[in-house]
Amino acid sequence: MIELEMQKVSLGYNHHPILRDMNLKVSPGELVGLIGPNGCGKSTLIKAFSHIINPMSGRILVDGRVISVIPRRELARLVGVVPQIPLLPSTFSAFEIVLMGRNPHLGLFQSEGPRDWNLALQAMQKTATQSLADRRVNELSGGEIQCLLIARALVQETKAILLDEPTANLDIGRQVEILDLMKDLCRTQNLTVLAALHDLNLAAQYCDRLVLIHDGRIHAEGKPSEVITNKNIKQVYGAENCVYTHPVNGLPIVLVGAARK
Amino acid sequence: MSIKQLGEASVELPKGILRQRWYVYAIIVVLVLLVLVLATSIGSVSVPFSTTFSILADKLPFVDITPTWSVNIETIIFDIRLPRVLMAGLVGAALAIAGATYQGLFRNPLADPYLIGVAQGASLGAVIGFLLPVSWNLAGFGLIPLLAFVGALLATTTVYLLARVGKALPVTTLILAGVALSALLSSIVSYLVISSGESMKAIIFWLMGSFALSDWSEVGIVLPYVAAGVVVITLFGRMLNVMQLDEEQAQQLGVNVERLKIILLAAATLITAASVAFVGTIGFVGIIIPHAVRLVWGSDHRSLLPLSVLIGAIFMILTDLIARTILSPTEIPIGVITAICGAPFFLYLLRRRKKAIF
Repeated sequence: MIELEMQKVSLGYNHHPILRDMNLKVSPGELVGLIGPNGCGKSTLIKAFSHIINPMSGRILVDGRVISVIPRRELARLVGVVPQIPLLPSTFSAFEIVLMGRNPHLGLFQSEGPRDWNLALQAMQKTATQSLADRRVNELSGGEIQCLLIARALVQETKAILLDEPTANLDIGRQVEILDLMKDLCRTQNLTVLAALHDLNLAAQYCDRLVLIHDGRIHAEGKPSEVITNKNIKQVYGAENCVYTHPVNGLPIVLVGAARK
Repeated sequence: MSIKQLGEASVELPKGILRQRWYVYAIIVVLVLLVLVLATSIGSVSVPFSTTFSILADKLPFVDITPTWSVNIETIIFDIRLPRVLMAGLVGAALAIAGATYQGLFRNPLADPYLIGVAQGASLGAVIGFLLPVSWNLAGFGLIPLLAFVGALLATTTVYLLARVGKALPVTTLILAGVALSALLSSIVSYLVISSGESMKAIIFWLMGSFALSDWSEVGIVLPYVAAGVVVITLFGRMLNVMQLDEEQAQQLGVNVERLKIILLAAATLITAASVAFVGTIGFVGIIIPHAVRLVWGSDHRSLLPLSVLIGAIFMILTDLIARTILSPTEIPIGVITAICGAPFFLYLLRRRKKAIF
């Protein structure tokens, strides 16, 4: 089981920093939510943890090793990524897209066998996408593709999963299913999960810890009740007095507009 | 739904995901051999199919057939026609798989083996070879093939160096640099051609491609390149599939994208350069054969690459057969035939099948 860590990391594009001096640690078995306004750098952080971009300064550690020395294939067996809905080539079936998650486990001279097919079918069952198996991916809806990409990350059998807005296109039932699944994997398999989330209420309900990013820095970090406060929400999103307490579980909920009257 | 059983594990697979069955390859390989023998028996001196077959079989190890044919016929079949037919097959295979590789790597259906400067570099080298008042032979390489080969590699290396940004090689920049350098070289070639005087016809003939001069020594040089290139490229079929997503996802799925680009570009460029150096810049095959294979057998690179090799070989052997027989004893440049025969057939496939192939 692995730990993801950033030590004094600055991230950006073309020498223009978006995130500065980030110190962040995600432990095995922990579901950490990244929240913050549009363009605050949530996706950039996820790209850095999958070595798509290099940090401008500081160190990114995966399992205690500097990320840039881990070969791609090995990194892809440690860290899986569910990207924001990409354009998928129309020539592949849903099953083939999911099966691509086995790529880092297969050598140059190998091809997929029954074990890989079984893993793919199981992952599709877990994400309720098995009925789509032989459909072309260009015929699928955004939500269906999102579930497929989650299935693909499961098939990768990684020790950590990074999710970039995994519930953005899902209906409320699917949102709960997917986050329940992630929570369950954290608990039962000690998976390390870092998810960029837009929906503050889902983030508060599901995450063990939240990291609120604002103005290129970590604005607040801790338990949902410590991060989602009237003060923080006002400072970051400009919305006033909108944090309430969930009547059943006591976690914070955000109701925008309710404070007007 | 189809069921695939392997020992204890029985997996129910969604239909349409099984790869090509082995007998598809077997049938096509047999077809390649038949076309090879057929093309060898047809020519200005017509030799019966059975005799050609016996002559060729006799050359195989452990096969001994009592000759019922004259030595002359054997010379025509084995020393003149067979190397030419083999060369056509090799070049067709090389151009087709190089085209499929470039298309997959660039995720661009318009890519062909000449996209990043191979053809124009080879042309310039060859034209210079025609115009130089010397000739020599270096380890089987004549002056013109040697300069064409060097020109092709110089041009693509230049494009590669121009397009590289730090450690990364952005595909769009590579294509644009290729198009720009090709245009530059092409204008130099055009100028040299119109001012070449009496060698103009020979140069134009070379530029349109011909197998008329192919012999065993040329086959011996091209074969190792094509064989090695085909093996290397086909090993990366699964990774080329993953590359179809996008470079970011491919990296997250464990593909070392920049290394893959360099390996595949080098392999595809070397086999293309080795081919055009000897037979000229034959067009159309490299772009159309991979698409025809996609239309019939689907877009999975693990079948697309080997099938392009086989179909490319068949197509080129047949077009060369037409080029040398239809107006015999005059030969038509092969580039003319590839387009005249290939384009209508490709358009037919395109109309017949409406499914997305790219």
